[in-house]
Amino acid sequence: MSRTPLDTVEHAAATPDVELPWAELGLKKDEYERVVEILGRRPTGAELAMYSVMWSEHCSYKSSKVHLRQFGEKAPQSDALLVGIGENAGVVDVGQGYAVTFKVESHNHPSYVEPYQGAATGVGGIVRDIIAMGARPVAVVDPLRFGAADHPDTKRVLPGVVAGIGGYGNCLGLPNIGGEVVFDACYQGNPLVNAGAIGVMRHEDIHLAKASGAGNKVILYGARTGGDGIGGASILASETFDDAKPSKRPAVQVGDPFQEKLLIECTLEAFAEKLVVGIQDLGAAGLSCATSELASNGSGGMRVTLDDVPLRDSTLSPEEILMSESQERMCAVVEPEKVDRFLEICDKWDVIATVIGEVTDGDRLEIYWHGGKIVDVDPRTVAHDGPVYERPYARPDWQDALQADDANKLPRPATGEELKDQVLKLVSSPNQASKKWITSQYDHFVQGNTVLAQPEDSGMIRIDEESGLGVAIATDGNGRYAKLDPYAGAQLALSEAYRNVATTGAKPLAVSDCLNFGSPEDPAVMWQFAEAIRGLADACQQLGTPVTGGNVSLYNQTGEVAIHPTPVVAVLGVIDDVARRTPVAFGEEGQLLYLLGDTREEFGGSAWSQVIHDHLGGLPPKVDLERERLLAEILISASRDGMIDAAHDLSDGGLIQAVVESALLGDKGARLVVPDGLDAFTFLFSESAGRAVVAVPRSEELRFTDMCGARGLPATRIGVVDGDTVDVQGEFALPLTELRTAHEETIPALLA
Amino acid sequence: MTARIGVVTFPGSLDDRDTQRAIRLAGAEPVALWHKDKDLHQVDAVVLCGGFSYGDYLRAGAIARFSPVMEPLIEQAKAGLPVLGICNGFQILTEAHLLPGAMLGNDHLHFICRDQKLRVENADTAWTTDYSAGQEIHIPLKNMDGRYVADEYTLDKLEAEGRVAFRYLDLNPNGSLRDIAGISNEAGNVVGLMPHPEHAVEPLIGSGRTDGLPFFTSILKKLVNA
Repeated sequence: MSRTPLDTVEHAAATPDVELPWAELGLKKDEYERVVEILGRRPTGAELAMYSVMWSEHCSYKSSKVHLRQFGEKAPQSDALLVGIGENAGVVDVGQGYAVTFKVESHNHPSYVEPYQGAATGVGGIVRDIIAMGARPVAVVDPLRFGAADHPDTKRVLPGVVAGIGGYGNCLGLPNIGGEVVFDACYQGNPLVNAGAIGVMRHEDIHLAKASGAGNKVILYGARTGGDGIGGASILASETFDDAKPSKRPAVQVGDPFQEKLLIECTLEAFAEKLVVGIQDLGAAGLSCATSELASNGSGGMRVTLDDVPLRDSTLSPEEILMSESQERMCAVVEPEKVDRFLEICDKWDVIATVIGEVTDGDRLEIYWHGGKIVDVDPRTVAHDGPVYERPYARPDWQDALQADDANKLPRPATGEELKDQVLKLVSSPNQASKKWITSQYDHFVQGNTVLAQPEDSGMIRIDEESGLGVAIATDGNGRYAKLDPYAGAQLALSEAYRNVATTGAKPLAVSDCLNFGSPEDPAVMWQFAEAIRGLADACQQLGTPVTGGNVSLYNQTGEVAIHPTPVVAVLGVIDDVARRTPVAFGEEGQLLYLLGDTREEFGGSAWSQVIHDHLGGLPPKVDLERERLLAEILISASRDGMIDAAHDLSDGGLIQAVVESALLGDKGARLVVPDGLDAFTFLFSESAGRAVVAVPRSEELRFTDMCGARGLPATRIGVVDGDTVDVQGEFALPLTELRTAHEETIPALLA
Repeated sequence: MTARIGVVTFPGSLDDRDTQRAIRLAGAEPVALWHKDKDLHQVDAVVLCGGFSYGDYLRAGAIARFSPVMEPLIEQAKAGLPVLGICNGFQILTEAHLLPGAMLGNDHLHFICRDQKLRVENADTAWTTDYSAGQEIHIPLKNMDGRYVADEYTLDKLEAEGRVAFRYLDLNPNGSLRDIAGISNEAGNVVGLMPHPEHAVEPLIGSGRTDGLPFFTSILKKLVNA
């Protein structure tokens, strides 16, 4: 076998004219020239591999960075934030010595190419981010967006994604407690598969991704490295799909949840014995990312011998080893005298662990292969000094026409019979219908700490068995609102997630986000992105909930057509005693139903306009963050003091959707009266923000209304929990049995 | 004095800590057992908990059945040691031939997680004396391979000997023959079932019921009174 000489640093310096495949690896010409400038010579093949993946959109945030800075600049003062943006995941103080880490990430493109593995490895990646902070993962959530529910391709993508999330998460023993499933034709060729995870640790156990202390060993442990996922970050996640190009299927990684479960247990055991100085998971960009980030965040340099990396395929080239995105791998920095014990723990869990290098007292990252030095770089230039783009952005020329197409002018139901007909259409529409067929494929009981899981407003996990301390998480995002007004749409996503945490009785503390947009090379998309970030940063500042980290997913489009701008916002909350949580379900007959907040004629982007008129136009509901804060305070106080027995936030579908859900979950009907000053249609279908419906025991009514009155929150008595129908007096009555059929049979009929 | 109940952790076990908690809430002392243990550390009973031992690769429970800890366990179970297999534990017990029959993939081919209604058919096993025969209970169920099958002769024999311990009510969630959710061995010391009683031991958590606690109080009483 003849081989070309190894492309060492020396060789590269001596052969400046060798042409390298930088374009095929996704680099632009000026980016490649910048690499040459940094190194003062052409890069070796291995160096090129590293720069190309680390400078990809997915890893470097090169198009989004200039906007994301606002999350830091506008960050509200918060004592709760222990670790902020920039680490694997943010960490929040939830009291009693506990810290919680949480994050949401996208795995959109892989999940379209290969739904099962794409979604499965999305869960795997986010969970490793959580472990890498030192935390035990305690729950996952999955915000999902698919194309039209009745499109044939949705039947290919959705069942695979759901089975992949379940197949991976269930096997890890992580309860799936929340998320959303939304259908819209705009996601037809580009579904959104976002995965979130929460982890819990004690304050003193927080770990960071840095390699410090010369002489400390770098240990790679977990799965062997294979040829899967090469170029996943640079090619798959950072370009628009194009039918003309070859299939991207080989770029999707394959998950092994069993291996990941072992990785979790052995990592936590190593943490417990304080064996780890720094740690990083191997996700996008694999070893390139782990070595350059660990080295650049630490105090010294790093020397790695690539020959020592355990391989699945002995024919892999060093470039491929550096770029491989094989799953279920982690990298730890361990003091020399603790290496034996670390390896022993890995052996106990049958996890392969290998010392592949050590921290040096220099400032270079040096990688060797067959005795030759194939990488010699300043790790900061790889990990942090990637290109930064000020992409041009401009308000699209169609935005005015879209906003002028007022949904409030659409024909409305005129009679009780028409209202009833539209209510049935609404609650049975794919977006409003029960998602039980999907969520029943996820384990929500495992670990024995699940207090609330979907379809509750937020998922809630007990974290201390003695005190009852718990955390809640909700994720929300309405692409229709964001399309009408991205600034307001992002704020409404935050408002809804914030409200959803509060309706369950938890106090909102911090935010993570997953920002899903089209191509940043399209100025209209870039405008949507810039507006959404500005909106979210402003709102987080006003509500006092800092953004702790997140993820940006760009290039979500098919050809020239971008998805709706879809900022998905996750809000984390804390509750002192989970026994005080408030469920969605109506509990006891005779309890009084109160509508909290103001109801206006707001139908732009509403579920009603979509289901009844297939319409998207006008303006989204008005944002009122001070009202959201007040509503949350009332809901939390009422929960703590036992003044309400059920609560449900009002969002898509409006009041009637919320009442039907609470009624079906509790198997108790409701009698509603249209309040003075509102017509029945607006009362039932408006999507005004800052509202919730609560069930108040009669004995608590005075105390509750006094509290709302004193604090200035409008509280309108709208009815009573009663019977086995949802009865809107003077308009129509619908038996629960009929509503249940309408609500629960849609999804299985389309997808089972 | 209380009873010491072992909970085996295999690679891929998921509900080991939950099972230990259930044992503790019932008033017994949980003892963590490791799959490589060559003896059972003098425990008075053992629970094989749920999860995906060895990823359920090959066949659910098929690899775990050959773990070192299974050798003394099989020997002592045959001599009367109370053993409860929950979900993956049930699968391991059938693979180890401590219980008859086998588990196939759910007939609908999906993982299913639900609060399942059951009828207690046999309240005389080591693990069910705190129930009454015919009692209807709700226990969470979550599995991929939960379809219990056996040949007709074995099924008839199980029925005739009262060894069908639990049956699914209202809805058969996985296509199990004769709605069988759990069975026992002839002596009644070994019981296996697919639903998860350890997830139904606290009023606030999970299904919000405590219908699973009697499994653990039953065995505690039996061991303490022995």
